[in-house]
Amino acid sequence: MRSDRGQSAPLSLKVAAACGLLFLHLPLLLIFVYAFTTEEKSFVWPPPGLTTQWFAVTWNRPDVWQALSLSVRVAAISTAIALILGTLCSAAVSRTKFFGRETISLLVILPIALPGIITGIALRSAFSLADIPFSFWTIVLGHATFCVVVVYNNAVARFRRTSGSMIEASMDLGADGFQTFRHVVLPNIATALLAGGMLAFALSFDEVIVTTFTAGQQQTLPIWMLEELIRPRQRPVTNVVAMVVVLVTLLPILAAYYLTRDGDQIAGSGK
Amino acid sequence: MSLDAAMPRASAPAILPGSGGLRGALSDLFWRKPKVLLLLMLLPPVLWLGIVYIGSLFALLAQSFFSIDEYSGLINRQFTLKTYGDLLQAANLDIILRTVTMAALVTLASAIIAFPIAYYAARYARGRWKALFYLGIMLPLWSSYLVKIYAWKLILAKEGILTWLFGKLHLQWLIDAWLSLPVVGGNSLSVSFTGTFIVFVYVWLPFMILPVQAALERVPGNLVEASSDLGASPGQTFRNVLFPLALPGIVAGSIFTFSLTLGDYIIPQIIGTSRLFIGQAVYSQQGTAGNIPLAAAFTVVPIVIMGFYLWGAKRMGAFDAL
Repeated sequence: MRSDRGQSAPLSLKVAAACGLLFLHLPLLLIFVYAFTTEEKSFVWPPPGLTTQWFAVTWNRPDVWQALSLSVRVAAISTAIALILGTLCSAAVSRTKFFGRETISLLVILPIALPGIITGIALRSAFSLADIPFSFWTIVLGHATFCVVVVYNNAVARFRRTSGSMIEASMDLGADGFQTFRHVVLPNIATALLAGGMLAFALSFDEVIVTTFTAGQQQTLPIWMLEELIRPRQRPVTNVVAMVVVLVTLLPILAAYYLTRDGDQIAGSGK
Repeated sequence: MSLDAAMPRASAPAILPGSGGLRGALSDLFWRKPKVLLLLMLLPPVLWLGIVYIGSLFALLAQSFFSIDEYSGLINRQFTLKTYGDLLQAANLDIILRTVTMAALVTLASAIIAFPIAYYAARYARGRWKALFYLGIMLPLWSSYLVKIYAWKLILAKEGILTWLFGKLHLQWLIDAWLSLPVVGGNSLSVSFTGTFIVFVYVWLPFMILPVQAALERVPGNLVEASSDLGASPGQTFRNVLFPLALPGIVAGSIFTFSLTLGDYIIPQIIGTSRLFIGQAVYSQQGTAGNIPLAAAFTVVPIVIMGFYLWGAKRMGAFDAL
């Protein structure tokens, strides 16, 4: 037992940390206020009045629904692909040592380590060289590529804690490889995969930089939002969509946190 | 499964016959030759990333050695270094310099703001507070990127909350004085470099907090006490004990803040001046200008900078803090 428990922090540190957290959270809270403002043309503060009419207006906008539906479909398919590729890759990397193992880890991390614009323009120039027209699948291709890393990270952390002897025990007891995977491996990594899948979904749902290069004329929700930021048409609708997006992304993050909190893979919990 | 089937009787041969069917045969093969299984597991992800990602990167790199014909606007597919020469024009060098300076400033500011949060979370927060801090950092990290930018557009707008707040405090002259400065100033905060800077810091800050916190978690608290027992002032303890131990974490965080700032083109487009950053240059070269070779050459700049950066970071042991 170390002797440093139970002390309280110096006041200056408390204030600095609190200010930092406020800096991170106040702008997001502001979005919630603006969703109810009666002002249509400008960003005036304080709001001249409060109303809920813009929720109804947004509800009846087909372009918002189309963008939302495309985003959800892209995120679902990309997450599914990322789950398969990420699980395979993490299983291979964590169970065996082989030549080029470090390179594989690097390969998985690279799409998210390099700036998104590089991934985006690289994909776009590859599409144009290969004469592939923009479609639903070109968006998915880009999204799945950088979603693999989230699933991979979660699954690798879980595999590290899962003992390999359980798999051997299962085989010794007569289960074949598929049964072992179904009854031993899968239950062990299920929550990690669920958490990774949710984060991958959130990542894809929110992605805009790569998407601007691979979408062509299609509008995902972030692209719709970007259009509104550059050429505003109806600001109150943008406010409402922004608030809904904040709420919708909160849920998978909270769920992913509760699914993995008992583990040791929570970033920043020490080694 | 019944017990009988699972446990071979004493009379059964020591080596079981191979299981029947395709499924059994596959299962046996994987058990006898783990390398086959390994290969099958690695093949799909490596093929995907190798073809889709690395393939595209090379396609891009190859294009940076092509050039554009200035009269016809067609791309001349012959090896040349001319496009890289274009990169050295004064206007383009300006863009690179501006972006790198911004990335460095953003990194520095994020490190300063992140440190107290990370230190408090690592050393003093316990139990419920620890969870609260963790979520308090993760939620802004994962919130929608565009919504965060939009929130700052609301805040920095001329009629927005910041102007209102400074007006209430009778400090309007402070904003006006700042905006009248060259380079950092402008018509309003939302069309100035100051605005771009604030938004960059805000959006990348969580990427700095997490690794710094991870590095500080590993500093035992009694080390800090020992330092003050031996007569060091809090400032000396920070300089000589805490900071050197947190440095790998700061460098790890700076990889994100630096790299993300180098490649971003949306933040300076929405909140900022008309002077371009690397990301915007890439975007406009490949889009409206149709000069893919120059766009490709521009993207090589952050790749090269980040290559050196990562190499230096690795030597400082930053990767252990990730």
